[in-house]
Amino acid sequence: MTSTGRERVLARIRAAIGEAGSPGEEAPDGIPRTYLSAHRSEDPAALLDLLHENLVDYRAVVHRTTEHELPATVARLLAEHGSRTVAVPADLPPGWLALAVAGAAVQAVVDDGALTAAQLDSVDSVLTGCALAVAETGTIVLDAGAAQGRRLLTLVPDHHICVIRAPGQIVASLPRALPLLDPVRPQTWISGPSATSDIELDRVEGVHGPRTLEVVLVTGSRGRPGPSGATRLSPGRRGRGPHGPE
Amino acid sequence: MSGTSGTSGTSGTSGGAFLGMPSFPEAAAVSTQDRQLRANLSHATRTIREKRARAVAELADWAELRAAGKAIKDHTLRHLDHYLLQLEAAVTTAGGTVHWAADAAEANRIVADLVLATGEREVVKVKSMATQEIGLNEALAAEGITAYETDLAELIVQLGDDRPSHILVPAIHRNRREIREIFAERMADWGRPAPEGLTDSPAQLAEAARLHLREKFLRAKVAVSGANFMVAETGTLVVVESEGNGRMCLTLPQTLISVVGIEKVVPSWRDLEVFLQTLPRSSTAERMNPYTSLWTGTSDGDGPSAFHLVLLDNGRTTALADQVGRQALRCIRCSACLNVCPVYERAGGHAYGSVYPGPIGAILTPQLRGTASEIDASLPYASSLCGACYEVCPVAIDIPEVLVHLRERVAGQGGHRLERAAVKAAGFVLDHPGVLAAGERAAAKARRLLPRRLPGPGGAWTDSRDLPDLPTEPFRDWWQKNRPQQDS
Repeated sequence: MTSTGRERVLARIRAAIGEAGSPGEEAPDGIPRTYLSAHRSEDPAALLDLLHENLVDYRAVVHRTTEHELPATVARLLAEHGSRTVAVPADLPPGWLALAVAGAAVQAVVDDGALTAAQLDSVDSVLTGCALAVAETGTIVLDAGAAQGRRLLTLVPDHHICVIRAPGQIVASLPRALPLLDPVRPQTWISGPSATSDIELDRVEGVHGPRTLEVVLVTGSRGRPGPSGATRLSPGRRGRGPHGPE
Repeated sequence: MSGTSGTSGTSGTSGGAFLGMPSFPEAAAVSTQDRQLRANLSHATRTIREKRARAVAELADWAELRAAGKAIKDHTLRHLDHYLLQLEAAVTTAGGTVHWAADAAEANRIVADLVLATGEREVVKVKSMATQEIGLNEALAAEGITAYETDLAELIVQLGDDRPSHILVPAIHRNRREIREIFAERMADWGRPAPEGLTDSPAQLAEAARLHLREKFLRAKVAVSGANFMVAETGTLVVVESEGNGRMCLTLPQTLISVVGIEKVVPSWRDLEVFLQTLPRSSTAERMNPYTSLWTGTSDGDGPSAFHLVLLDNGRTTALADQVGRQALRCIRCSACLNVCPVYERAGGHAYGSVYPGPIGAILTPQLRGTASEIDASLPYASSLCGACYEVCPVAIDIPEVLVHLRERVAGQGGHRLERAAVKAAGFVLDHPGVLAAGERAAAKARRLLPRRLPGPGGAWTDSRDLPDLPTEPFRDWWQKNRPQQDS
């Protein structure tokens, strides 16, 4: 049945488009790509502020810190949230959690690839890095690359702490971001915590994803990589890391 | 936004296509008398119209993005066979399996067989208009498979034994008080009951949905979704959503089945930079929706281990064959045209008798289903041709142009019933000036007695409108008395 459906659909398409549809590779040159590559200044400091502002606008909680202070910041955020357990990908830079787990106040739940959704459902928080962030839209892109883990990790717990390195991981716009991303990798683009507009068309509190999204902007590293290079952009098939965290 | 393209069903519908529905004028006559519905719709559409205008104004190159989106879609449609074959190859290479369905029955059969083969008897669903169009939930129910809707609005619709009325916000016709009642009364029938003392605060309602659905997500082995875009060169599918139910369905189950209309393909990865800018701003008026999921086939150890893509025709190639009408296939289901439409705002989505309501539905439904039935023949007339829908469309679909084109088609098949009656009556009166003059004078004299509704066939017009006051005398009499003297 599948193959007959296939032949029928293709035959109908060819009948419908007629001569115009000669299947040869008419390169889509006729596409007028006169739209902008970026809408705002791409000065790194300006992009950092814009990202910060747009994240806040969509109800993410944003913190700024330095590489040196990152472990203390992470420990403080977990404590303030009252978290006893925090899920992390196996390749999270160990320093990030060093202070939080030091007093055994928080227990790290490391994803060895076998954590189930049911197990994660009882974990308080999740801590990850990201592939990159888009300032104009306030979007964080996860691509299951370094320091990010599998998709379910950042989905099931109710509290997500995401670390972004500035300026290395911040780009201005979608046209800047897409060439840096590898379509083969499963991606989750996150713009604020879970939300719904289904009740009277008003964006309100979240439903299924993490209802609290905390973003830690790590500044002052001047685009140099972290100690483990853990937040390095995943190797793109069609491009290279943006301003290279490396 | 809640979703991708569409969801299925609701227990109240059959065959996806609300057949047996009254024609648009009849349905609108009922819905426009529903003050609660009109108030809910008016509030919601006004809110979103203003927000959308602000979101669009942020982008100085909106016109260029719109032109690019239109050009990409037109190019793709002109070479649709080529891009679908490219997509098929890419998805297959990435570990997925591609199926082709010429119509709803074939698509439903394919999905049901895939589910049955897993040994499972329940599926979780991401909002998908394509699966609603084909009546998938009902088809699965006939095979003993329960489909759980997981989008909040679709859950409201499913629990309320109701039908969706908006592309983006299927429960837009319900306000928070009504939603609270539905949750309190019906959640227990479908699984975890609503919490005691549930109020109508949106946060509490969302929390009730979270608790109700989480147990379903955690045990689900099979998910069914649609997709907003499919990238031919990479085999990537894209689902745009707000709540996280999409992520749950696309990530946690072992088997993922995506049913997607063939017109959702775009040629290149780069094309997403256009549509992922225009779709969220047009639809929920956001710079970006909270969650967008992109996946290519299967990934080891991350997400479903089996992925099936069902490519759906179901009338799309008929629309494609129409040089004027095919532009409706550019639609990215943002629903901006609904929110600006004065007819939609007053009549509501149900009056369109289709999963595709509003202006886009008025041109899409008659092309997908044909114009043989009363409801489908009436849809091209469900518009005042004001053009607001074309103005806001992010892929520049000239909806008024297609409406007029489809009216010609309906007229060519003998015309829509009400229109035929009206034109016949008008023709007689205009051919007999004495009848016209007498009628006008009689009407003027009787204006104090004027009812709010017209009797007889004209009553259709006043079913959804108040009759305007008649002037004290006919224009022709007034002209006789007042025209400039030099003319006489």
